[in-house]
Amino acid sequence: MPTVSMTVNGRAVRGEVEGRTMLVEFLREHLGLTGTHVGCDTTQCGACIVHVNGLAMKSCTMLALQCEGAAVATIEGLAPPGTPLHPMQKAFREHHALQCGYCTSGMVMIALDIARRFGEPDEATIREQLKGNICRCTGYHNIVKAIAAGARAMAAKHA
Amino acid sequence: MRDFVYYRPSSLDEARQLALEVGAMLLAGGQTLLRDMKRSRHAPASLIDITGIVPKHIELHKDAISIGAGATHAEVAGSAALREHLPVLAALVDHIGDPAVRNRGTLGGALAANETAGDYPAACLALGATVRTTARNVPAAEFFVSGGTGLEPGEIITAATFPIFRRAAYIKLLNPAARYAIVGVFASCTADGFPSIAVTGARAQGAFRWREAEAALASGFVAERLRDVRLPAEDLVEDLFADAAYRSHLAAVLARRAVALAGGPAPGVVVLSHGSRAADQ
Repeated sequence: MPTVSMTVNGRAVRGEVEGRTMLVEFLREHLGLTGTHVGCDTTQCGACIVHVNGLAMKSCTMLALQCEGAAVATIEGLAPPGTPLHPMQKAFREHHALQCGYCTSGMVMIALDIARRFGEPDEATIREQLKGNICRCTGYHNIVKAIAAGARAMAAKHA
Repeated sequence: MRDFVYYRPSSLDEARQLALEVGAMLLAGGQTLLRDMKRSRHAPASLIDITGIVPKHIELHKDAISIGAGATHAEVAGSAALREHLPVLAALVDHIGDPAVRNRGTLGGALAANETAGDYPAACLALGATVRTTARNVPAAEFFVSGGTGLEPGEIITAATFPIFRRAAYIKLLNPAARYAIVGVFASCTADGFPSIAVTGARAQGAFRWREAEAALASGFVAERLRDVRLPAEDLVEDLFADAAYRSHLAAVLARRAVALAGGPAPGVVVLSHGSRAADQ
């Protein structure tokens, strides 16, 4: 079987995979990083979003082998055990932006991509940018509020 | 999904050789292909990953812009040159898929996939783009053939060149669930009055030029000329969200709006969705 090497949350990893092994499968089943979820498995719901070389991507729709040499960041890397939550995670908790939590890791990962590109986005921008992330519990209102607050907190931290 | 052999060639020459093998397919961004492989719509024996070896630079010419086929949608939408000189195309690309898909999907991949509701093919047809491959230059009208493309085995898309238009606009109505275009219409008019209307999402084989609408606009690029033009419903897509008659109606309404927008003071892109205020206009 082919092997693949990449860094995941700053740690160098290596594994044997099949050609058809998706990145999300590699993360969950080979590395045990089950914070990244598979929802629709058809590139629509966004539960599987991770960052690859700094950009949000749907890990159910890219091959593990395509990440050779890449730097992958998952939800687990935002706040390792024993460290404070990332400002975006904190905003999700404070604004009650999750119920069942299934979509949440993808929501947080796209939220960071939105904050990277827009700084402190307005509500319309956040809603438009959530086009590829589906939540079936909350109706999005609190997710939108959390992303606005999280982005504000990140901007303040960097100011 | 059936397993396959994965290749990451280091040059286009090497990729072309590998792509000639039986059962080989090219992987450009994979946002359509990998999804379709999960549905067993394709079951390649090998995937040739051309991400990273296809040119991706965006080049401004005197009256056209060429875009390397390896450019992701996010890169194209963010291009300063494109936003300045052909903003309608930058805006169209900024509404393909979703942000994560746009970070991965590429121009070449979107053209090769020629999806039923593809946005890029509509732009290529209405703007008279030329598709450049490792073998030739092909006008978009010849490149997109029923349900696919005219690509030969081992032929790789390297760029597309889009003439610069001032009068050009694209309007689409989003599917309420998956958010692709139920129908989209791209309208353009050259400086000397030659109109083009491309429709996407309406026929299974992908975007097409709507000749009857273009003929009606030949005597003047104004929405009123389309008042009596109808797209026959017989061969239009029907699904859970829209039957053929609705798609036919949408094509006529969106074509009139696109022409009005293209000929107006602020041409661009309008994205409509059910329940949005814009949809009530």
